Amino acid sequence: MTATHDAAPTGSATAGPQRGGAARRRAAAGRVPAALLVPAGLGLLFLVLPLVGLLARAPWTTLPQRLTAPGVLTALRLSVQTATLATLLCLLLGVPLAWLLARVEFPGRRLVRALVTVPLVLPPVVGGVALLLVFGRRGLLGGWLDDTFGVTLPFSTAGVVLAEAFVAMPFLIIAVEGALRGADRRYEEAAATLGAGRWTTFTHVTLPLVAPGVTAGAVLCWARALGEFGATITFAGNYPGRTQTMPLAVYLALETDLESAVVLSLILLTVSVGILAALRDRWVTGP
Amino acid sequence: MSATGRPVSATGQPVSATDQPEGATGRRAGPAPDSAARRPLLDAHLVADHRGFRLDVRLRIAAGEVVALLGPNGAGKSTALRALAGLHPLTAGHVTLDGVDLDRPDRRVFTPAERRRIGVVFQDHLLFPHLTARDNVAFGPRRHGLDRRAARARAEEWLDRVGLAGYARQRPRQLSGGQAQRVALARALAVDPTLLLLDEPLAALDARTRLATRTELHRHLTAHRHAALLVTHDPLDALVLADRLVIVEDGRVVQEGDAATVTARPRTDYVAHLVGLNLHRGRGDGHTVRVAPELTLTAADRVDGDAFVAFPPSAVALHRQRPDGSPRNTWPATIVGVQRHGDNLRIQLDGPVGVAADVTPAAAAQLRLVPGQLVWAAVKAAETRAYPAGPARPE
Amino acid sequence: MRRPRTLLAGAVALAALTLTGCGSADDPPGDGTTGPVTVFAAASLTEPFTALGRRFEADHPGTRVTFNFAGSSALATQITQGAPADVFASAAPGPMRTVTDAGDAVGEPAVFARNQLVIAVPTGDPKGVRGLADLARPGTKVALCAPQVPCGEAARKALDAAGVRLTPVTLEQDVKGALAKVKLGEVDAALVYRTDVRTAPELTGVEFPESARAVNDYPIVALKSAGHPTGAAAFVAYVRSPAGRAVLTEAGFQPPPA
Repeated sequence: MTATHDAAPTGSATAGPQRGGAARRRAAAGRVPAALLVPAGLGLLFLVLPLVGLLARAPWTTLPQRLTAPGVLTALRLSVQTATLATLLCLLLGVPLAWLLARVEFPGRRLVRALVTVPLVLPPVVGGVALLLVFGRRGLLGGWLDDTFGVTLPFSTAGVVLAEAFVAMPFLIIAVEGALRGADRRYEEAAATLGAGRWTTFTHVTLPLVAPGVTAGAVLCWARALGEFGATITFAGNYPGRTQTMPLAVYLALETDLESAVVLSLILLTVSVGILAALRDRWVTGP
Repeated sequence: MSATGRPVSATGQPVSATDQPEGATGRRAGPAPDSAARRPLLDAHLVADHRGFRLDVRLRIAAGEVVALLGPNGAGKSTALRALAGLHPLTAGHVTLDGVDLDRPDRRVFTPAERRRIGVVFQDHLLFPHLTARDNVAFGPRRHGLDRRAARARAEEWLDRVGLAGYARQRPRQLSGGQAQRVALARALAVDPTLLLLDEPLAALDARTRLATRTELHRHLTAHRHAALLVTHDPLDALVLADRLVIVEDGRVVQEGDAATVTARPRTDYVAHLVGLNLHRGRGDGHTVRVAPELTLTAADRVDGDAFVAFPPSAVALHRQRPDGSPRNTWPATIVGVQRHGDNLRIQLDGPVGVAADVTPAAAAQLRLVPGQLVWAAVKAAETRAYPAGPARPE
Repeated sequence: MRRPRTLLAGAVALAALTLTGCGSADDPPGDGTTGPVTVFAAASLTEPFTALGRRFEADHPGTRVTFNFAGSSALATQITQGAPADVFASAAPGPMRTVTDAGDAVGEPAVFARNQLVIAVPTGDPKGVRGLADLARPGTKVALCAPQVPCGEAARKALDAAGVRLTPVTLEQDVKGALAKVKLGEVDAALVYRTDVRTAPELTGVEFPESARAVNDYPIVALKSAGHPTGAAAFVAYVRSPAGRAVLTEAGFQPPPA
């Protein structure tokens, strides 16, 4: 924190009166105040240093063997698949819910909005237990699901998707609701005057208008689902190939071998950063 | 302001049509809007509440007629437009278009916006930013059952009609304000609405674009077979584009009529100000109207009882001394303001009545007209209109 | 302008102190057995060690014992990464080896207790589980610990010894996870430690002979990083004393081999 104190006066001094008028004006327009730059730099360091730590500890010489070790690719594939399915599930249920929260006045809306954020606050392990209490064998719905449809969710890949969706959905809902609130509703009125019904207006006007928000929410949602650990292991358990996602594999690797945990973490990071960067170029920075 | 000092005939009727603004005359070959006997295409009594404000306006528009709803900000114009479009439900009254009730609360009839044959051109165009100009125009036809190809064909036809054939693939943000507003007009017209509503269609445009777009708009409104309602606070738009003016203030109609009548015989300060006339209310007794305890104005017209007196600022002459020979229509006044007004100066006077006078800069210099100066004002009786302050509507 | 900055700086400093501190570095060095002792102990030792700690404090006035209960492997990682601990009690030799290999231990670790696997089933045993072979019956859902953690390693040894091949529905990260799955009724049985079943009144432990082949040794050692070596040694000695053994036995542990 001393850095903030010292840097502030220094930063403003460099932009001081010794420069020429025009140059100063130009500099002033693009100048970043030190009071922002310093904490921003510290923030970035704080986020990036742990990654540097992982890279520093990575066993580069044995990396190829470890990458091809049995189970690694299986866990990776399962992670990407379940995170993607969970994101789709969140989109399917979360976008309409966000719309409801943003657009429809109903009694208890504040309460519902607060409830939506519960998975953010709840420790994921508790979330997993809660899911078991609902969808488990003796859960509120689980028994009925099993008797009626023969569906058992715990210890299944579907269970992983469910657990990830539970934890990740708030990210999507909050982003989409914000986008919907920010969107100009008069476009929807314009669509109505052109003969578009509510559903057509939603799909042809509202959704495209909030597409950046939906994409941002989906990306956050996917990233959260990919890293999900607590709710997954509690609700879906840990079984290689079926419910063992990368975070679970990393955690168990940590029990025996720090280096292999580091490698698995790096793989997860590389894949997620790669996919998110690709998506960002293609979708987020669009129009 | 354009109507300032427009000549009015001795009978109080507007002088020959050639002196009228272009939009108010020679509009179209079809039947004249004064055929009041015909069933109006739109018959509406709009009673709507919006945040403690109540709108209560009657509107009738005949086929082929363009009506301007004119009024100051907050008068309820937008609420009226939204009520017609189905974007704001009526509290009472009705909206009947082509004989069909669209909104009639007492019969629990409400047709949502998407099922009304009413097109809207919004103030800031509201083109869908994610669609090209062509797909914006094709949006309506698609919703009305045309397949993609047919809708696009119609869209291109309409873009051509508004002179933007080369802009089909542009997105709204690539268009200028005037172009976007023309696309918006094409979009609204592409579904062939029975009633076209225009919400301040020129307000967001700069002066140059405004002129060109107004002309363009005039052309399309003339061609439109159905009814159109133009909501505006700009009297010039109203005078150029509309056959008839309906003036609302504070949620009520205060005056309506064709451009000539409204500009010659304003009935409220707002309208008088719009058309640039001095307006005073008083009691008529033959050719004189008492507008203040100590001031009686003589007019060319004969009127008895509650009456308005109107005269243009250009009809007011100023003198340093009491003018000789013409004892009528003169009074002492104090200058309270001097502003440029076109090529002239507009002098605000305080006295028995507040009056605006237009004088040439030369005259102003000669008379040394500065605020605080005491002068004599004189108005020619021949340029003073007097008319009864009866009901606002000629019904 | 001046005042808020000072306040802010003060607040940050305070927060930093609270976060990094726990105050141990600034405490006066222990004289004799007084002063704080920080014990990192396997999660399965939670109940008996808490009781032991209270008795130890009563016997050594002025001493305060602080516990950090977690999975043995996680604790071993924390210790080798420099966590301030005086004593380490592991649920298996593996994590202890991590600590001794890193040179963080004082002397040789001593086994102070043994734990044995049992089959945890809901009280009343609705599936009629009598031994390991019953777990392999179709339709019986079983939770095991993952082979990377001590209880999973022990389970594998026991199953191998019994010649039973079974596919569990889940390989839990620790024994408490496996236990929770039985408690919640999501699985019919789990292989857990005898001591764990003692803590869960709604469960019954089914003993099986092959567990003798997979007995888990619990080693304990004082650590080099100890700020209070005397207190650390005293606590280790207390755990291994008859008094300590009594508490452990009561919790379901078995005594170490003579």
